[in-house]
Amino acid sequence: MFGRKKQVQAKNDVVIEARVANSKILVSNLRKSYVNKSRETVAIDDVSIEILDNEFVSIVGPSGCGKSTLLRILAGLDEATGGTAILDDKLIDDPGADRGMVFQTYTLFPWLTVEENIRFGLKIKKTPPKQADEIVDHYLEVIKLTPFRKSYPKELSGGMQQRVAIARALANSPKVLLMDEPFGALDSQTKSEMQLLMRQIWQVDKPTVVFITHDIEEAVFLSTRVYVMSGQPSVIKANIPIFLSYRRSLELKDTKEFIDYRHKITALLHGKESADSGES
Amino acid sequence: MRKLFRIRTKIDLKLYNALALGVFLLVLILWTVLSEAGSISQIFLPSPKSVLAYLVHIFASGQIWPDIGISAYRIFMGFIIAAVVGLPLGILAGTFNFAEALIQPLTEFIRYMPVPAFVPLIMVWFGIDESAKIALIFLGTLFQLIPMVADNVRAVPEDLLSAAYTLGAKRTTVIMKVIIPAIAPRTMDTLRIMIGWAWTYLIVAELVAANSGLGYNILKAQRYLKTDAIFGGILIIGCLGLLTDRLFVLANRKLFPWAEGGK
Repeated sequence: MFGRKKQVQAKNDVVIEARVANSKILVSNLRKSYVNKSRETVAIDDVSIEILDNEFVSIVGPSGCGKSTLLRILAGLDEATGGTAILDDKLIDDPGADRGMVFQTYTLFPWLTVEENIRFGLKIKKTPPKQADEIVDHYLEVIKLTPFRKSYPKELSGGMQQRVAIARALANSPKVLLMDEPFGALDSQTKSEMQLLMRQIWQVDKPTVVFITHDIEEAVFLSTRVYVMSGQPSVIKANIPIFLSYRRSLELKDTKEFIDYRHKITALLHGKESADSGES
Repeated sequence: MRKLFRIRTKIDLKLYNALALGVFLLVLILWTVLSEAGSISQIFLPSPKSVLAYLVHIFASGQIWPDIGISAYRIFMGFIIAAVVGLPLGILAGTFNFAEALIQPLTEFIRYMPVPAFVPLIMVWFGIDESAKIALIFLGTLFQLIPMVADNVRAVPEDLLSAAYTLGAKRTTVIMKVIIPAIAPRTMDTLRIMIGWAWTYLIVAELVAANSGLGYNILKAQRYLKTDAIFGGILIIGCLGLLTDRLFVLANRKLFPWAEGGK
């Protein structure tokens, strides 16, 4: 009884802290473990991150480091076993329209056309049809798929499907867009095109994005900041702001500054270097 | 020749059709030779000619239509009631773990009981009128249908549900707008398999307790040793079964153009 009260008090303190810090997302001492046949498997040991409004933050780490679990907890799809995750001034405990998500797997509803998919969230929100039409038209334009508006997902390539998935999430105007290795299944050519499109979308609308990837180049190219996560134990190893030109094109990937960032993060991931780089 | 034995490799469509048709012809020729050679009595093996003559006769005179009608009615009713009861139960069992605990173990238990063994019981409960045959078809298909529908629900990718949640869907919306449309084509296919079972149970019901219908016709023919009528009856049932099956396939393609293989 007393313990519970104390816990609530602690959570309230974190909420206040978040408000003071003016962060969009504040994750404090998050822990996630599974108990299976009385043996505990730890997915996340202890993770604290902070994401500000309009930031594009990537989390890179080796497979199995718990980065996807972290994102699923932010989405409210998984429950943490310890610590807190806060969006604005509300504890995250279930999924909601304020956190849009794009998955690595193709998750378009196969029975809906492209435009109906984009409209899915708007229908739930009961957006007036006329306004919904405008939003759908706008995002079809953004992802350059207006001619395919009446197509079913099975008629689209993988890259096109992920573009629709991004539009579907953005059309809902979420407070934060969560992306779980959305381009992981695409060929490298399509992947580069998608990265460019994503960066352009961010440059125009500045949605707050949390982006999970194991592709360092992708993380540097897209982000304003990169968190490096390690596997064992599953903690944040470094926090690296990316100071590169604001308007980015694919040529940026060949510049020295870009390559330096890439090397730095690669070294961190392989544990050759201690986290001396702007840890906050 | 080597091409024929490549694992999971398509052969020429013409060759495929020729082979399929060839087997039918082979059976027909074998049947004709055996029955016309005179070594086997007409009572055991009627000639294709006499079976055909019988079929022409019953269709021309129109005496078969009431039997087809009543049999179709029984199938339709039993099948529809099983679907109306079974679909929601299957969806519940596939969606909620507690519902699975309530529904599925019992269903699996009953599923393995031989339905024909229920006939005497059903006759005690329902007598021998229409409701008895409908009840038998209902029992025979319901307990097959529930676990199959539940499995269809379980086959819906988890990420599809997660995507709906992150778009603001709540539980009811996820069931109505995601799970149900997602399982629709597969469930049509399940129903197609079910109607095959329904035909089997119809004949069981009509062989034991009926005075009309296609099954009863076969039974009557047996009493008078009219093997050509037995053959004819079985052929009619086979063709009707095939016809319903193809109708389901066609409906599936037309209703769900978005599914793989649809249009």
